Amino acid sequence: MEALLAFSRPALDWHALAPELTLLAFGTLITVVDIIWDDRSKRAMPTLAGIGLLASLLPILTLAVDGSERTMFGGAYVVDDFSLVLKALFLISGYVVILMSVDYIRDGDYYENEYYTLMLTSLLGMVMMSSSRDLISVFVALELLSIPAYMLAAWRKGGARSNEAGLKYYLMGVFASAVMLYGMSLVYGLAGSTAFEAIAQELGSGESNPVAILGILFILIGFAFKVSAVPFHTWAPDTYEGAPTPVTAFLAVASKTAGMVALIQLVFVAFPGRDDVVQPFFWLIAALTMTIGNLIALRQNNIVRLLAYSGVAQGGFMLVPFAVAADAPARAIEAVVIYMAIYAFMNLGAFTVVLAVARKTRSGEIDSYGGLFQYAPGLAVAMTIFLAALAGIPPAGGWFAKFGLFRALLDAGGGWAAGLGVVVAVNTVIAFAYYARILVQMWFQSVPDGDERPIAIPGSLKAALAVTIIATMAFGVLPGLVGHFGEVSVLSALGG
Amino acid sequence: MEVTGFDTWVLSLAVFLPLVGALVIMLIPKVYETELKLVALGSSLVALVVGIYIAIQFDYGAAGDLQFVVDKGWIDVINSRYIVGLDGLSLPLLLLSLVVVPLCLIYSWNHIPDPGNPKAFFVLLLILSTGMNGSFVAQDMILFFVFFEIVLLPMYFLIGVWGGEDRRYASLKFFLYTLFGSALMIISFLALFFLSKDASGELLQTFDMRVLTDAAGVGIIKSTQVWIFAGLFMGFGIKVPMFPFHTWLPDAHTQAPTVGSVILAAVLLKLGTYGFVRIAIPFLPEGAIAWAPWIGLLAVIGIIYGALGCLAQKDMKRLIAFSSVAHMGFVMLGIATLTDFGINAAVFGMIAHGLITGMLFFVAGSVKERYHTLEISRLGGLLKSAPRMGWILGFASMASLGLPGLAGFWGEFPAILSAYNPGAGLSEELFRVYMVIAAIGTVLAAGYLLWLYQRTAFGEPTEEFAGHEIADVNRDEWIAWTPFLIGIVLFGVWPNLIFNVTDDVVSGITASVEAIAAGN
Repeated sequence: MEALLAFSRPALDWHALAPELTLLAFGTLITVVDIIWDDRSKRAMPTLAGIGLLASLLPILTLAVDGSERTMFGGAYVVDDFSLVLKALFLISGYVVILMSVDYIRDGDYYENEYYTLMLTSLLGMVMMSSSRDLISVFVALELLSIPAYMLAAWRKGGARSNEAGLKYYLMGVFASAVMLYGMSLVYGLAGSTAFEAIAQELGSGESNPVAILGILFILIGFAFKVSAVPFHTWAPDTYEGAPTPVTAFLAVASKTAGMVALIQLVFVAFPGRDDVVQPFFWLIAALTMTIGNLIALRQNNIVRLLAYSGVAQGGFMLVPFAVAADAPARAIEAVVIYMAIYAFMNLGAFTVVLAVARKTRSGEIDSYGGLFQYAPGLAVAMTIFLAALAGIPPAGGWFAKFGLFRALLDAGGGWAAGLGVVVAVNTVIAFAYYARILVQMWFQSVPDGDERPIAIPGSLKAALAVTIIATMAFGVLPGLVGHFGEVSVLSALGG
Repeated sequence: MEVTGFDTWVLSLAVFLPLVGALVIMLIPKVYETELKLVALGSSLVALVVGIYIAIQFDYGAAGDLQFVVDKGWIDVINSRYIVGLDGLSLPLLLLSLVVVPLCLIYSWNHIPDPGNPKAFFVLLLILSTGMNGSFVAQDMILFFVFFEIVLLPMYFLIGVWGGEDRRYASLKFFLYTLFGSALMIISFLALFFLSKDASGELLQTFDMRVLTDAAGVGIIKSTQVWIFAGLFMGFGIKVPMFPFHTWLPDAHTQAPTVGSVILAAVLLKLGTYGFVRIAIPFLPEGAIAWAPWIGLLAVIGIIYGALGCLAQKDMKRLIAFSSVAHMGFVMLGIATLTDFGINAAVFGMIAHGLITGMLFFVAGSVKERYHTLEISRLGGLLKSAPRMGWILGFASMASLGLPGLAGFWGEFPAILSAYNPGAGLSEELFRVYMVIAAIGTVLAAGYLLWLYQRTAFGEPTEEFAGHEIADVNRDEWIAWTPFLIGIVLFGVWPNLIFNVTDDVVSGITASVEAIAAGN
């Protein structure tokens, strides 16, 4: 009793927490407005959610201008440049997803207000993830971002496939959490602390301890589920196909990025000395993920499934720099951050086109894209840009992302890194083969049912397209824009 | 040379004007067909005028130095800069590229191939043009890579949308081959970035091609050079294309629309050979010396294989495509000798092949348009039914087989001759064997070209077309073709027009290779 009363609130840096608090406030506000005005408030919800995200960006800007590194809760929560870059990325991706959702959610007669609340909550988890430097705060952030996502995946509650999507995602997610928690308990047992820096000191020094290796591997595998790395990817295609398309985009981009962010912090802050475990693990996982994701994508006929497997493969590309985490740490972090930033825009853009086309064709089959160039040249050109970016063809943005991978690998040097570089090169070619299938339909084929009416694209989708196209092209022509953020992230992540 | 005022802009203008034209066209609605064609032609012609200005202002006394150099920041984080510049090696190729595009636009003015859509067709040609022009003036590896890749998608769509029956297969094959090459190429570029050292052993960490040319691979051990060269070899060799990576070419050429084939033959293939001369050899002299015998081997295999392939073809366009494989074999043989003489011949061969084969593809396209077939056995009597076109075909065939007095001769003959005495300590016996094989190749070339001409132009028109009226060369065709014909004669009679421009650069490259070879 005495101890409880003696409890004093740890010092809070309100400025540092402002983005999170703003998100929380808007999430709550949406719920309150919903309770008071009920149906009459529906139309305002997406706007409110969008404003919430943009408002959260403001304190990130002021924090970035301020530039000082802020540490709270005994090092468990750190606001540095690395975290700010990623928070901004999450919020902007979230904003694009909201733009994509407006008409889809309204027309589909789904719950609207709850949708946006959950979206904001999940984003809150992601924003927290980029600051977490402690096993406990990582875990809390992970669950906070995952649990709303499970529900969102099942949002088309009438559809069996959507229910299957949500359930599968939930079960696999919980399983991954369990594995990860077990790993965390082992690591905690050895290190005697949950703080990353303490873990780095305890596990980094000294001879190989099988328990430590097991603990590290279990934690990494838990996140491998999250980023749908092969062989832990099996949930992704079914979940992606069944979930509402904006949610799929959200999972494929934001949720995957969150997993990557956690991996960066674990690998570079918590296990920096353990390249004996980390590098071979990621070499294998990255090579497998790229290759198998691409090979299965070749055989898909549904565009969302194709993008799902392409997303798996892209995740594999993102994992490549981890394989040289110790040999070229700065380049590796830079490569992953740059890849995530470019990937977010090009992939969200591709999903936006899918949404727009589905408004007319009501189909997700690749064949339904036949002759798109004839009746919707704008969408066809936009999709071409996004696919070229995903394939890594200049001047669309993706080439710089791939370039970053090669740069990290060659900076590390050595036969293993060069070998992985060749695997990346081969996979780039395989990937183009299936992106080309969509191009072939859009450009070379005629319209399957002869229906050449143009597609009416709602304003919010146009806005989403504009943001993603501009970003994708700008990153391709002036890669310095995104490169700068990559560089900034490195300094603080390695310095922290 | 200090670059000032307008001159700092000229290269960028020549590169990006077509792209500006393309962007303007995108904003013009489809129905204003004449207007958009005019914008397309206008932008490419202005770019050509800028090119002519460059050619006039160019200091031919210092053709070995880069001129009109612009060096501005671009991607600071990776130390890559926007560096463009032009020397005697780039100038002829840039001009070739600037000339070919407006002529192609004029040629397609009234016959956009099926399924029509001039807007998209012209936009793609202009984007292609920017990529090609940029590749020839870029002096930063990353900038070069970006331009090199920009040409891929437009060509893919040109083949895939406006191509023949098998266009989907051909376009994808073209794309995947080239993409694989460029992925390995970028790895090699990065390896050069990380490993290159200057004379004092400092790591350079630069993509600046001027610096890397000066460094000449110092500090990269030979075995590493061989590996890096292998990556570059894949990137450029697929583009050339060299045997055994040539298989995409006959398909792409046969299926591509006429102007697609013309641009592919006239300019795109040269990106590969240009890469060897500009990047692979000067950056990695030791790698080049180690690879030269193998390049020479593949080159002569390409010469013979291409010629035999030609003899077996039943389709006129496919035959011309295979002849490209053979001709590019001569170019690569010239490069492989690593001599001043051979590389000059190779550069001449690039220009000559661009003009001649471009011309042949034009004629093939026009024949196809009139007869709706290119099957050699169904054609015949072209000299009777369309005499002018028949004579032009004959002229281009003669030029292609290397008749002295026409441009083709100066590409082939010196290349063969240079193999007699290869540079940089390469085995003389080996290259003399190559020389003999290549000489046999010229005989075969005469065989397949004359045979083609006999079957298509001589005699009476086949029964199938006996009664048909076949239109002779029309106005658009004359405008598009005349510069090609003039060029073939002009460079044939006066080869020094090109040799004098290229020699300074080439002798600089070979001198540094020789120095490295002498040091070993």
